[in-house]
Amino acid sequence: MVNAWIVASLAAVVGGAVGFFVVMRGASFVAHAIPNGSFAGAAGATLVGASTIAGLGIFSVGGALGIGLLGRRGRRDVATALTLVFMLGLGALFLSLSAESSEAAYSLLFGEVLGISANEIVPTLALAVASLIVLGLLWRPLLLDSVLPERSSGRRLLAVDLAFLLLVAMTTTMTVPVVGTTLIFTLMIAPAAAARALTARPGVALALSSAVALVTVWGAIALSYTTNWPVGFFVGALGACAYAASHAAARSGDGGPGRTAGRG
Amino acid sequence: MSDEPQSTLTHAVPERAEPQVAGETVLELAGVTVELGARRILDDVGFRLKAGELTGLIGSNGAGKTTLLRVILGLLEPTRGTVTVNGADVGRSVGYVPQKFMLDPDLPVRARDLVALGIDGQRLGVARPSRERRERVARMLGAVGAADFADARVGRLSGGEQQRVLIAHALISHPSLLLLDEPLANLDLHSARAVVELLARIAREQRIAVMISAHEMNALLPVMDRVVYLADGRAACGRAEDVVRADVLSRLYGHRVEVIRAAGRVLVVAGEGDDAEPTHPHHLDAEEH
Repeated sequence: MVNAWIVASLAAVVGGAVGFFVVMRGASFVAHAIPNGSFAGAAGATLVGASTIAGLGIFSVGGALGIGLLGRRGRRDVATALTLVFMLGLGALFLSLSAESSEAAYSLLFGEVLGISANEIVPTLALAVASLIVLGLLWRPLLLDSVLPERSSGRRLLAVDLAFLLLVAMTTTMTVPVVGTTLIFTLMIAPAAAARALTARPGVALALSSAVALVTVWGAIALSYTTNWPVGFFVGALGACAYAASHAAARSGDGGPGRTAGRG
Repeated sequence: MSDEPQSTLTHAVPERAEPQVAGETVLELAGVTVELGARRILDDVGFRLKAGELTGLIGSNGAGKTTLLRVILGLLEPTRGTVTVNGADVGRSVGYVPQKFMLDPDLPVRARDLVALGIDGQRLGVARPSRERRERVARMLGAVGAADFADARVGRLSGGEQQRVLIAHALISHPSLLLLDEPLANLDLHSARAVVELLARIAREQRIAVMISAHEMNALLPVMDRVVYLADGRAACGRAEDVVRADVLSRLYGHRVEVIRAAGRVLVVAGEGDDAEPTHPHHLDAEEH
């Protein structure tokens, strides 16, 4: 139980922080495709008896590079979709070859935070620290490129974009075992979307996004523990509630400091 | 021969005494040609921009204005020709305000955050907050008349307000050259005039070269020291009264055009017939030497 709290908290903090840029860059589809594609890696790892995190890591990095490099020319959403279906196809193959298919598949899709073991804490902690360091390094370039991409050369935009995709891949690798590939979305999108409704300051919005993700995950684990309903349900439901509540608050308080009267 | 710009503005006293000499060449383009596949986007374009001057880059859509700006910024390598900024190869000291774009109104970025990114937004890591930095941003916002909406989300500002913030973003790194791509498009007449006057003041007071691209030159006529007129990738350069003439523009376009002046405005229209002089696309430079 303590393991679950630690690992889930790390996943929430990093997922919320990285989610800040996922929402800002309009990269929700990428944040959906990389975790879902990485499912194949986990399935493959189960098949050959390797560690789940290694399988997730290899496939999410591969997916990130595929999206970044294929998307250089032409449409990003098409490159993302093609990368996703290729990886999902591999996942179907690995699952069909594996004996314990449905049980393993379920926990990968929806997570099994309450079943997390002590030996997952160290790799998760290492990935969390690494992700936050990378996020700190990319802070200014990501912010600038997300708002004013016209100012940068194509080569620089590509480098920053690839670094961002790899950051999503790292976050995926550490978060999938907690909430599963389908529900990782709720940690990377809902808290960030809620936070930006409440503040106009980028640094505060990022911290708030992590905080909302943390509260969501803690609440979900507690509720799941008492009701015996799946954690995933509560993560999704609480995420949606946080989003709705923050937007309602922003509307009534006219959101954030300074002048907000706009043509919104 | 006097090189004094004919300006309708009266505040010519520079506030900041920069070490630059008046009229120093900041940007020089020579024989710049850009070919993309079989298409020639720019054809032997050459001109000079000087500190303290405001230049209009005039041309219709597709004439090559944005391509020319991207070449000057170093974002696009010309097929032939050279671009020199401050006597060196294309460097960092170029401020740029891109063409009007839509910003997400919910973007959690305030006007002052965007201006601060103009100082060092390309660097890795998080900027160390300091009072000096905050004051520098506040001074810049004040200088462009954006202090009143410094804390508003950039995506919720009006077009004219956004232009001011973007100008502050581009200026805060003290560039010697400021490029603006169609800053007046989508602005109402009043905002457009205010932005133009702000830019003219910046050029003179900060002794930097300002180049504004526009498909319509009338808003710029009162303040423009020089014009670079683009048509089909070719350029005619010089003072407005030397370039915006029927004979010069007819040669540039390769067919007869008329320049009509009425009520202080200029209209360039296609002329009757096709009796233009034989075209010599190159060396259209009307600039006095």
